[in-house]
Amino acid sequence: MTEEVVTFHRHKQDTLRVLIKGDWSISFGLQNPEHFLSHLTSSPETQYVVIDASQLGVWDSSLISYLVTLNGLSKAQNIEVDVTGLPEGIVRLIALAEAVPEREGVAKQLVKLNPVDSLGQFVIQTFHQFTAFITFLGEALLALGRLVRAKAVFRRQDLVIFLVDTGPSSLGIVTLISVLIGMILAFVGAVQLEKFGASIYVASLVGLAMAREMAPMMTAIIMAGRTGAAYAAQLGSMQVNEEIDALKTMGISPVDYLVLPRLLALIFMMPLLTIYANMMGVFGGALVSIIMLDVTWSMYLEQMMATVPLTHFFIGLVKSLIFGVLVALSGCYMGMNSGRSASAVGQAATSAVVMGIVLIIVFDSLVTIVTTVFGI
Amino acid sequence: MTQPQAHIRVRNLTLQYGEKLIQKNLNFDVNKNDIFIIMGASGCGKSTLLKHMIGLYHPAQGQIFVNDKSLWDVSDVARQRMMKHFGVTYQAGALISSLTLSENVGMPLELYTQLSPKEIEELASLKLSMVGLAGFEDYYPSEISGGMIKRAALARAIALDPEILFFDEPSAGLDPISASLLDDLILELSDSMKSTIVIVTHELASIFSIGTNTVFLDTDTQTMLATGHPNQLLADCDNASVQQFLRRGGVENA
Repeated sequence: MTEEVVTFHRHKQDTLRVLIKGDWSISFGLQNPEHFLSHLTSSPETQYVVIDASQLGVWDSSLISYLVTLNGLSKAQNIEVDVTGLPEGIVRLIALAEAVPEREGVAKQLVKLNPVDSLGQFVIQTFHQFTAFITFLGEALLALGRLVRAKAVFRRQDLVIFLVDTGPSSLGIVTLISVLIGMILAFVGAVQLEKFGASIYVASLVGLAMAREMAPMMTAIIMAGRTGAAYAAQLGSMQVNEEIDALKTMGISPVDYLVLPRLLALIFMMPLLTIYANMMGVFGGALVSIIMLDVTWSMYLEQMMATVPLTHFFIGLVKSLIFGVLVALSGCYMGMNSGRSASAVGQAATSAVVMGIVLIIVFDSLVTIVTTVFGI
Repeated sequence: MTQPQAHIRVRNLTLQYGEKLIQKNLNFDVNKNDIFIIMGASGCGKSTLLKHMIGLYHPAQGQIFVNDKSLWDVSDVARQRMMKHFGVTYQAGALISSLTLSENVGMPLELYTQLSPKEIEELASLKLSMVGLAGFEDYYPSEISGGMIKRAALARAIALDPEILFFDEPSAGLDPISASLLDDLILELSDSMKSTIVIVTHELASIFSIGTNTVFLDTDTQTMLATGHPNQLLADCDNASVQQFLRRGGVENA
């Protein structure tokens, strides 16, 4: 901006003349009303403010904003502003801006919490979330009960769709991850065991680790990221669109209709996927052993079958079933309790994955401790 | 009175979704300072036409000229620059749900001007007070009512003082009083800001109270049947569908 677009004059002692000239555009920035205020307060006799826009060029909101501020400042000191010299459009925009004054108590007060208060709120919130989750768990159990008595209402086609989506559609990623995990285990084992001339035990290591821990856990984590997030996003956007409310008013329990098929799909598919992941992991381990350690296929398999009892495999299978339940429940819980906005749905999906993975790992450690204590 | 100047000219426009024809042979002018209404039955392609005019969808055929420049014969960058002069409100408001009202209105200012955050906040407050939402700066879209969302969307649309304002069903879902207040607001803004306004609506009350020019789209023939001032259409147009629409179906005994 090269020249002043607003100047102040006093022809009479009680009248402040505000001369507005040139072009006003928001690309030049906004005018600071401080000059006006200092002119206004410089002489206490001021009773009128007259705005002169005879030399005004092009204008936009920057001018309106300035004038509305002037008006406000003057009114605060009981000084009258004469706007009759302004183009009609400007007068009407100012009137529009002042037509609906701020209703009292509408503006949000920003409350600053001290650390103790915010800790307290955090605890209360966490407790509410916990009770909400327990409630949800109870509802899901009741729904399962209705399912057993064949009273649960959901569409069988939905179940098929979810089965396909959780099962066959995720084979690709489960294959990739399981083969790689098997290979990594074999590599790590091979380096150590070769020093003792016990390379053949790589087969036992991979077999045991896959069957008991890695296959169920990695599959569950994949499903938490893939399916749990999808469930949360689906149910969350249904919440946004009021679809869940619609189901309720149609007398359909959303837990039966939405949660049950998703839960069942994961309960069915998780053990199957885990068996498949086991096979792929063993295959990956065998691949490394054969290439690096001169072990043959038959030696590898024989060693594995002789040293890894089936118990481990069954423990893994039971765990995978529970993992499936945990993933489905955290996904559905987060989705059902999502807020009604786009960002809330995103948050629900994130929380579903985080909660799913945390639950998986915590439950897995619990099982490991318990089985160790009982010596299984 | 001087000859009205065409602000948007639509020539031989054909709208298609893939293979599905929506509307064909559209020819009409939107003059400067018009309140131009796109009307027609539900599902005839009104919103689709609007989305072509604001440069969201590429037309299957035909041209749209804004200030005598073709919207679709220029580079993407040039089109972006043209679109900066448009203000648009969508059917459901389309406010960004993770931002407060003040941030929603301030966003275009933040992106396209060099104003400081404080100045942006000040302008956003001004725009919100113009639509009667003074004091609601820190609210999120999920915390206010449907009518307020529509008005906040209007505040966002006028943030950059656009040359042309587009409204997609501004009064849909509002009670008659709020709807007429919103109409008044649109009228007031267009008058004082000297902008051209294009509205998609099928509310007869709005059409007659604020429209100065219209185009009528028909579902069966998939083309426009009439264009002109709504009162003139009511008096002179002898197309049965147009008359039926403007007279709420009671064409014989009207």
